Amino acid sequence: MASVELKSVSKSYGGNPVIRGVDLAIRDGEFIVFVGPSGCGKSTLLRLIAGLVPVTDGEISIGGEPVTDVPASKRGIAFVFQSYALYPHMTVARNIGFALETLGLGRDAVRNKVAEVAKLLKVDHLLARRPRELSGGQRQRVAIGRALVRKPEVFLFDEPLSNLDSDLRMEMRIEIARLHDDIGTTMIYVTHDQAEAMTLADRIVVLNHGVIEQVGSPQELYHTPKSRFVAGFVGSPRMNFSTVAATGIGADWLLSGPGGLRLESHVTGNRSTPATVGVRPEALSIVAPGSGRLDGVLERIEDLGHEHFAYVRLDADNSWVVRLPARPREDRDTKVGLSFRDEDLFLFDESGARLDHAASHERSAAALAQTSGGGIAA
Amino acid sequence: MTDAAVALPARRRRSSASYRLERRIKKGFLVVAVGLVLIYTLFPYYWAIVSSTKQGAALYRNTFLPAFDLTYYKALYENRIFLGSLVNSAFVASSTTALSLILGISAAYALGRIDFPQRRGVLMTILMISIFPQVVVLSGMFELINWLGLYNRPSALILTYLLATVPFTTWILTTFIREFPRELEEAAIIDGCSHFRILTKILLPLMGPSLASTGILAFILAWNEFLFALTFILTDENRTVPVAIGLMGGSSRYEYPFGQIMAASVTVTLPLIILVLIFQRRIVAGLTAGAVKG
Repeated sequence: MASVELKSVSKSYGGNPVIRGVDLAIRDGEFIVFVGPSGCGKSTLLRLIAGLVPVTDGEISIGGEPVTDVPASKRGIAFVFQSYALYPHMTVARNIGFALETLGLGRDAVRNKVAEVAKLLKVDHLLARRPRELSGGQRQRVAIGRALVRKPEVFLFDEPLSNLDSDLRMEMRIEIARLHDDIGTTMIYVTHDQAEAMTLADRIVVLNHGVIEQVGSPQELYHTPKSRFVAGFVGSPRMNFSTVAATGIGADWLLSGPGGLRLESHVTGNRSTPATVGVRPEALSIVAPGSGRLDGVLERIEDLGHEHFAYVRLDADNSWVVRLPARPREDRDTKVGLSFRDEDLFLFDESGARLDHAASHERSAAALAQTSGGGIAA
Repeated sequence: MTDAAVALPARRRRSSASYRLERRIKKGFLVVAVGLVLIYTLFPYYWAIVSSTKQGAALYRNTFLPAFDLTYYKALYENRIFLGSLVNSAFVASSTTALSLILGISAAYALGRIDFPQRRGVLMTILMISIFPQVVVLSGMFELINWLGLYNRPSALILTYLLATVPFTTWILTTFIREFPRELEEAAIIDGCSHFRILTKILLPLMGPSLASTGILAFILAWNEFLFALTFILTDENRTVPVAIGLMGGSSRYEYPFGQIMAASVTVTLPLIILVLIFQRRIVAGLTAGAVKG
């Protein structure tokens, strides 16, 4: 078990920066998830921590000791690859025991440790098989077993479940969470899957173009995103955004936007001009036209059984998604109104930074209280 | 749907039986074509077998069945020079194969895995070298062999054959290593493997098929080579098989030992056939299956 610390870590390939000055402190035993759009550098950052890729600049320490120039095998880390990367010509037993074999451990010692790990991951009946004779889920277990046998201080996962079908993915997700509870090792996990990030993480790191946008608990990211990017990235379906025109009236702003949107807002703290409003699909409800805050045309309804997505077109460029528990009574191609509560409104300035406004302030305090409560429950 | 139906010409679909007939005719053509190719490639070897078992005047009659007279083979196996040349050939061809595989793998690992600016240039140079006709390098090679003091030694042949075999083994193996899943190598690095251990424990066992195929090609090339073998070797006891057969003489200068030459040709082809048969299954088997998702 160990903490991990990154100090202004940068990586560029041929003058092309992929990671730009990342600072991050990961506590001992924490489950950290890296998320971000493809190409944001999340996998590269994981490989930098692993030592598979040398850093261009900055320092990495694991367990308080600098490891920037320590080779991957001596960093006390284990890595689970997206493609599993099992050695195809070796049996499951040899796959799991290969690291110990390389260390020069005796045959009996290796066999005992392999048996122990295999039993924990319920692959002990597969030890004599080769990877090609295993199913996807079994391969994944073996890959985790291979990582586990080294008794790592830090576990690194690179999109480990993305090759599995959705049922199995959920099952393995729960098993990884259980594994973390059992062994309590620090884990760093890269994914593009919202559900994995929200359910597994103690803290989520949102990356964008090689810089950290925000670090926080899943609830913090959901309720108090620092920027439009984070707000759009966390949550599914993503937050609805529209550009608005702002007119200053004393300390307040009058915002007008598509769909007849007119809002008066008191921005606290930061004084920059609001440029975008955002509302999450689950905070919207459909009301009679004219009685809500926005008006639009109901274009399409997606019925998923347990939930429904209504697409409401505000104008040529703006279509908002509404998430509903039941099928709306309104028909397609009819005019509808959309309403939301003040505290569910997000405001962002031109640079994308979120602005606190009078209503949102109370809500974020409430959200934080909820977060700490949730933390104890977990 | 209706639009498409209108656009098509009003042609009726032919009966199922006519499609079946068409398929059978196509199959028949394929069988005939395969037969022709087989005859074209196998007949010379068959003719050699037939000729090697005929005696005297029978040789000049066009009978297609072998006579099963093994006199020439007996004579051949008592011919010390021929047996010596077989040993020479085996030594030269296997050494060439082994050396070119070792050099090829090391070069391919570097060219396929390590990024360095001259990589493209090196690869192109390798390709260029394999383009030169043998005749062009012959006199230069002769000087080199003389200078190294290898004239009339089988090792001279090994050295010169490498000129032909190393480029193509490097090329084929580079392609293979490049397609090799990078994550497997990274997994090995995390498991604490050195470059050497990755090569021997992970890459080599998985490279069986491509090693077998390139190895066989190199072996065949070295086994059949004539020009260098003729030029760089002076005495009978150091000759390789193709030259030994070519220089086989009869009992008088007016007799051409056709039967004996045929017997020798059949004999030297056998090792190649056996080698290919042994390794063909390894060449076909895809050993990387199951490494990554699939």
